[in-house]
Amino acid sequence: MDFAFTEEHDMVRKMVHDFAAKEIRPVINEYDSNHKYPRFLLPRMAELGILGICIPVRYGGAGMDYISLGIVSEELEWADASVRETIAVHLALNSLALLQWASEEQKQRFLVPLATGEKIGCYGLTEPAAGSDVAGLRSTARKDGDDYILNGEKMWITLADVADYLLVFAKTDPSQRHRGISAFMLERGMEGLTTGTIEDKMGVHASNTGWIAMDDVRVPKENLIGQEGEGFKIAMSALDDARYTVAAGAAGTIRAVMEAAVHYANEREAFGQKIGQFQLVQQLIAKMALNYDIAGLLWQRVGWLKNQGIRNTKETSMAKWFATEAAFAASSDAVQVHGAYGFSSEYQVERYLRNSKGAVIYEGTTQIHQLLQAQYALGYRHDKPLRCELPAYDPEAWGEEG
Amino acid sequence: MKYIVCVTQSPDTAELPKVTVDQAESGNQGLELITNPWDEYAIEEGLRLKEKQGGSVLAITVGPAGTEGALKSAVAMGVPKGVRVWDDAFAGSDALAIGRILAAAVRKEGDYDVVLTGKTTVDGNGALVPVALASALGAALLSQVAKIVAIGDGKITVERLVEEGREKVTADLPVVIAPVKEINEPRYASFMGIRKASRAKFDVWDAAALGINAGSVGAAGAKVAWGNLSKPPAREGSVVLMEGETVEEKVTKLVDALMAEKVI
Repeated sequence: MDFAFTEEHDMVRKMVHDFAAKEIRPVINEYDSNHKYPRFLLPRMAELGILGICIPVRYGGAGMDYISLGIVSEELEWADASVRETIAVHLALNSLALLQWASEEQKQRFLVPLATGEKIGCYGLTEPAAGSDVAGLRSTARKDGDDYILNGEKMWITLADVADYLLVFAKTDPSQRHRGISAFMLERGMEGLTTGTIEDKMGVHASNTGWIAMDDVRVPKENLIGQEGEGFKIAMSALDDARYTVAAGAAGTIRAVMEAAVHYANEREAFGQKIGQFQLVQQLIAKMALNYDIAGLLWQRVGWLKNQGIRNTKETSMAKWFATEAAFAASSDAVQVHGAYGFSSEYQVERYLRNSKGAVIYEGTTQIHQLLQAQYALGYRHDKPLRCELPAYDPEAWGEEG
Repeated sequence: MKYIVCVTQSPDTAELPKVTVDQAESGNQGLELITNPWDEYAIEEGLRLKEKQGGSVLAITVGPAGTEGALKSAVAMGVPKGVRVWDDAFAGSDALAIGRILAAAVRKEGDYDVVLTGKTTVDGNGALVPVALASALGAALLSQVAKIVAIGDGKITVERLVEEGREKVTADLPVVIAPVKEINEPRYASFMGIRKASRAKFDVWDAAALGINAGSVGAAGAKVAWGNLSKPPAREGSVVLMEGETVEEKVTKLVDALMAEKVI
């Protein structure tokens, strides 16, 4: 057993924390207020290697481990969940899916420019009428010679209007449920492919959330990721990766709102003393401290499992469920500690509260995770080995140039 | 060109108010140590000089085993090599002795052109080490440097921040430079640098390797004693609201008040 982060992890945390403190926090409120995506952060994160942190160097990444991905997620969400969402989608849902499932030729073609940040990726699974019920998706991919013709609509897609490479899921066999789904990499500019942005959201205002429409989009067979009919497994394994970043990110929210609540409780006076002296305020802060540690331990366990190459769907689901609910509760309690000031946008805690509500819905609602945990506990669910597993972290091999 | 950056560890500035008098007197502040923030400007400028002019950069720190943190930060930022300098005889050194030890290490490294150091450390805040180092080396000290204008042909021209503004100074190489924060924006560590730093092993040079007489450094050679330490009284502030009918009237009163207090 070893509960310590390595020196390498400590340095990664310092670097990303400094970046979040210097370049995101000072401006994020403005972007949040204006519902604007801080696009300027993409080249900065690309330059620093953040967009490909846990991708091997030979594929254009920084060659760090999966725990570093968790640290990046936590530190970015400490500043704002919107920026962490970019990592969840671009890196976890798209790039890691390629690292796990794509052919070598596809890795060179798609993963390398994604890992360097030259291109940005997104992930299109959810549809207007299919969210948690993934197998019920209606988009289709009809074989036509060496190509596929894709039709359908995707909804609530983060980075829809930003991404260059869109990993979408469509049915090559509409008569089947999950076995009929296949995964395709769409490229912006393909005829019949359009995207748009959804403007009205409760939170994550500084994230780009949108839709993808496919109207007879011709996609060459070289853009089929994995095999025909393997799309459901690809989608689910990618969700494991994204849920991991969401869990770690939620720990960042808990830390951010706890810092704000502690600061305020040590300054604000009522009835002749600092409000931190009141036991009911202390109770709120104690819960934040406890939940930060639990969320941290849960996501770090997943990071360790990922590094070892051990399947972690159950542990990831648990971490995501707990951490996002805890972040929502901590943000709400932090608003409570701030009183009426917490309700105003003058203090930042209300932004964290709005953002954290999204995370208990996306990447598997709390209810989906409760079902999963019950099914594991009752013995109804067992994870079978996949044709392609996410590779274990290998510090030497991942650091080598191609 | 050969550039040498002298670095050290210090507590985080935000943590300093927590240090008790006992901790300060014992030298063990009980705080997590980071790279002295002023040293980051020195590291960055060393790297920029190397990138522009070519040559090499070496980081040097003085401290016992376990104080390699600042060297590792330098490597993570891109400095290829670091050396830790220590001998039990160095314990208890004052700024003058640290200057002598660093000068011996710089001389051991051989022909150098520019030595960069943080202008001060955030804990002791004496700003004496650059002075002692330059004096021991017999090199010119360029303090408060806000810009390196030119370097070459055995000379360096810099801009220094002075009370009245900036002054341009030219000196013969080699020199010791203590920059101010206006000189640059220190870069973040790179992931490749972080990987290198976490695996880095640093040479250790002791008193014998440096040819230092143990009696001239450490507690034995200290000229300064820190006695009777006390914490400064907590600052007490007050709030004055500027009353007025219009914004212009309030601002005029505010400006008058700031001028009366010599803030502006």
